This record gives sequence, structure tokens and C-alpha cells, in this order.
Amino acid sequence: MSSGSENNMSPEHLPNEQDAEGTVAVPGADHPFADPGLPAHQPRKQDIDEKAAKRSERVVAFLFLLSMLATVGFIASFVAFPVDDIRYVWPLGHVSILHVMLGVTMGIALFCIGAGAVHWARTLMSDVEIADERHPIAADEETRSKVFADFQQGAAESGFGRRKLLRNTMFGALALVPLTGVVLLRDLGPLPEDKLRHTLWGKGKRLINMNTNEPFKPEDIETGSLSFAMPEGLEYEDHDFNTEIAKAALMLVRIAPDEIKDQQSADFGVDGVLAYSKICTHVGCPVSLYEQQTHHVLCPCHQSTFDLSDGARVIFGPAGHPLPQLRIDVDDEGYLTALGDFEQPVGPSFWERG
Amino acid sequence: MKKLSARRRHPLAALVVLLIALAATGGLYATFAPADKAQAQGESTSQQDKIETGKKLFTVGCASCHGTGGQGTTDGPQLVGVGAAAVDFQVGSGRMPLQQPGAQAPRKPRVYSDDEIEALAAYVASLGPGPAVPESAAYAPSGGDVARGGDLFRTNCAQCHNFTGKGGALTDGKFAPPLDGVAPKHIYEAMQTGPQNMPAFPDKSLSSQDKQDIIAFLDEVNGDEAPSEGGFDLGGLGPVAEGLFGWIFGLGALVVVAVWVAAHTAKAKKS
Repeated sequence: MSSGSENNMSPEHLPNEQDAEGTVAVPGADHPFADPGLPAHQPRKQDIDEKAAKRSERVVAFLFLLSMLATVGFIASFVAFPVDDIRYVWPLGHVSILHVMLGVTMGIALFCIGAGAVHWARTLMSDVEIADERHPIAADEETRSKVFADFQQGAAESGFGRRKLLRNTMFGALALVPLTGVVLLRDLGPLPEDKLRHTLWGKGKRLINMNTNEPFKPEDIETGSLSFAMPEGLEYEDHDFNTEIAKAALMLVRIAPDEIKDQQSADFGVDGVLAYSKICTHVGCPVSLYEQQTHHVLCPCHQSTFDLSDGARVIFGPAGHPLPQLRIDVDDEGYLTALGDFEQPVGPSFWERG
Repeated sequence: MKKLSARRRHPLAALVVLLIALAATGGLYATFAPADKAQAQGESTSQQDKIETGKKLFTVGCASCHGTGGQGTTDGPQLVGVGAAAVDFQVGSGRMPLQQPGAQAPRKPRVYSDDEIEALAAYVASLGPGPAVPESAAYAPSGGDVARGGDLFRTNCAQCHNFTGKGGALTDGKFAPPLDGVAPKHIYEAMQTGPQNMPAFPDKSLSSQDKQDIIAFLDEVNGDEAPSEGGFDLGGLGPVAEGLFGWIFGLGALVVVAVWVAAHTAKAKKS
């Protein structure tokens, strides 16, 4: 009942007779299935109909012309529109007309070159199928033996095998010369020395509110609030402000004393006001996504989670150490001050951290 | 009728019937629903009356979780000392009354009218001293310094709410909600009172002017008139989201075009 094409032996389903070169055609002992060869070449409309070819030519030329116009439009937009010219464009909303025009014209300019090239290649360039037979990669026997003999002769004439002193000293020179590059790497910058272990915090430094630039008093920090502090003496205008705040950034929370689970952590604070480093101990992201009911701090980079009520213990994620806590106290004038630097290095682990 | 009957098997017939039914139900409800009885009782309502009204509303709507005197139960926190601002934020943004327990109370259409919220706030404020509902002069975006607000936002808020206030995820299903479309008053109250897991930013660490600057910044970047410079901000989530979009949809579109080009033969005789 099934008379599908696989059973249809009519001539049009049999392999084509092969062309003049007559490589393969008939099934035999070596090739039980006949090589069907390439299907006959089919012309395109543009190959038969000169009008169609002309039309294709016009389309391609039109695309290239459109690209040119778009490029001119790009330059004109750049000159004509100021960057702060905000207009309403449906459906984008309020946009900078300059940005949108630059994007649209450049998009058209590039797309039309591509579309024109593809259309040209598909409709006008020759599309006659060409079979390019593979040949063996290896050279023929004669060439190979000639190359081998030449190499042997060269090796013998150079004395490479005989003069071992020359050979070994040359190897030594070649092996040493890359060291020049390695030594230059040392000039990339000074070694960090002990900078990774110290921050600007030190004994007697007051905790300065990063919002108001005023020193904190313990009563400024309410239960459930979150504040950020920097060490006294650091100014936003300092040339090394970013370097220093990257290590010294501090977050201040107040946790009810009966909720603090870690005694040492409570001792490091003042009446439940705890000061923790804001720098994640995994790779140093600023970690201050503080949940005031759970006292968890989440790092936005890799979801390390620290429990500030338990000495900033790591309760989730890849961080390897708790957040270092700064020992704080109240000075004679009632301001919060540091009792010293952090006891552990802040931020990510490093080779010599121990 | 015959015409109608002939079309009853049309693929869109079910949809049309559904739309007619919905419209009829809605219309009937609008006609017969009890009119809003909460007509303002005039300026004469004294503070004491408000507290009395608030107490009645509280007993009905809030006491089952927060206790009859706002002392809190195992289902809800104590409300003594949270102040009128906390009530105005929680009830005014629809977070309270809670619809169902969960990681976090989401913003939703509010249940109480302005007057009822005022009464509830007056009652809760009478339980213990706390922050009052701010005056509109304190939070109007026009009174803030946008640039300084941006600085303050990035220092204090952006870690959770994203640098233009688009919100972000926290632990265990909690999240920092997006801030676009939030009333300036509610933003102010949230900073002051620290709702749910958000830490509070009391006036001593973030002054009233600082809060107004932050509101001005959010209004500038998220307001109705706020421009999206390039026209396609992809949620304003930043370069990672934009890159991902470019790779998946930009390159994807190019792949689709390439497949389309290759799938269409240029031959005169289509096989």
C-alpha cells in the first residue's frame, strides 16, 4: 500500500548520470549505493529574465543609497540636536532626540549595507554550484623524502649535533631571555606591604556621619536604623578619599541588648550600637542590604549573608570570614569614637592573611 | 435572532459573551453598591473624636493581630510608639491590613479612606509618642536638591532599591519594592519609620532636608516627565541586564534573519 518515494524507481528518482569527468555513477561492489552527484543547476529568475536582474540591481543600489542617506542623517543629527533636547516620541516616551536619531540613523546605515550585500550575492552574483574535491593532506613520497634529506643535511652542516657546547649555551640564552619581561612586571606598582591589614581607623578617631559630616552620638542611632560612618579626618575632597573609604567604610546599627547573641560583639559596641565593616569578606562588595527585623545583611554580589546580631557570622553564601567589627566607645564629650583599628583585615581574603 | 444564532459557534463568541456578562455585572454593582458614606464630617471633628473613631476602626480591622490596645500579639508587632507616620504609610500604601501572611506585605490598593486613615493614625499616635505624619512642605519634591539627593540615595538607599529606585531582591522572598509611582509622602514616612525589614533613617542620621533631597532625586529620575535618554531603558536595571538583552534578543534577531534568508531559495523554479 505504501508507494512512497523510496520505492519509486522512475528515472527522475535515480542518480543522475555523472558529467564528463565521469568519476562515480554506478553502484558496484565497492559502493553499494550510487553516488547521487549534484542536482542539476537551476537558474534564478534574474539569470533568465534581464528585467528581473535590472530590478534586483535597482533594489541593491537603493539599499546602498539609503545607507548613504542614513550616514548623512547621522552627521546632520549630531550637528543639529543638542544633547539635552528631550522630546516625546511615541512609543518610546520622553527621550533625548539626539540619542534616538543617532541610534536610528546608524542602525539604518549599517543594516542597509548588509541587506544590500546579501541581496546582491543572492540574486546577481553567480550561484553555480561547484564541487571542490578534497585531496590528501600528506605530500607525496618523493617530496617528503626530499624534505627529510634536506633537513638531515642542514643539521649535519650546522654542527648542531656535534658542537654540544654551542647547542647548550644557545638553549641557556633562549631560556633566560624571557626573564627580562618577568622582571619588568615588578615595576607595575609598589607591593601592598601591610596596607591590606590597616585602615584609617585608630584609637580616638570619632565616627563621622557620612550624610551630615557630623560626629555621631550613641543616641543618634535608633533601634532598627542604619547609618554609615567614616573616620574623623577623612574629607570628601582628599585625593585618596576613595582608596581610604574603600577600606574604612562602616555601617552602624543598634540592636536591642537582649537580641545580641555574641557577647564579644556586644562588648565591642556601646549600648547595642554595633559598628561593622561595610566591605564583604568575599570579594569586597559594599554589603549593606540590612534587614532590621532579622539583623541579616545581604551582599548584593554573591548573596553572602551575615547575621549582625551574632558577630556578623556568615550564615549563607561564599564569604569566608565574618565582617570585622570595630571596637567603639564614647569619649568625654559624648561622641562615638573608635578604640583602635579593626582587629582583622577588612575585605576579601588574601594570600598572606592567615 | 436567527443571525445571532448562526454566529453562536464563531470562535470569538465565547469571548463576546464573557465581555457582555462582565460589563453587566460591573454596571449592576455600580448602580446598587452602597454609596461612599465616609463624607467628611467637616473641620470641626476634634482630635478626641478622631481618636475615638480610630479606636473603633482599630478594634474591627487591626486588633486581631496587633492586640486590642496595639500591644502586639504573636501575629503582629506592637504599635505603641510607632507614630502616626507609620500608620499613614502602612495603611495609606495598602500594605495594611495584611491580606495573607508571607515574607513581606506588598503594596496593594488601599482599603481605608483618607479620613479613616487619619483616625487610625490619631489613635495609634495616642498610644505612645512617635513620628507624626509630615507636612507637605517637608516632602514636596520641588523643595529638594536633586544632585545632593542622588548622592544621599546612592549612599543610603541604592544598595537595596537600585540606583534609580527600581527595587531589588532580598533574602527568603523579601524584596525592596520599586519606588516609581510611590507618593512622596510615603517615601518620606518609610525613611522615617523603617517599615517591615527596611531600616529607619531617623532625622539625626538623615535630616528632614536630606529626605526631601532624596525625594527630589527620585522624582527627577522616576517621575512621569523623567526622560529615558536612549528611549529604551529596559527597566533601568543597569549594564548587565542591557548586555543580556543585547546578546539574547539583538543577536537572536540577527540569527532569525539569517535563517530566514537561507530558508528562502532564490531559484526561479521553487522546489
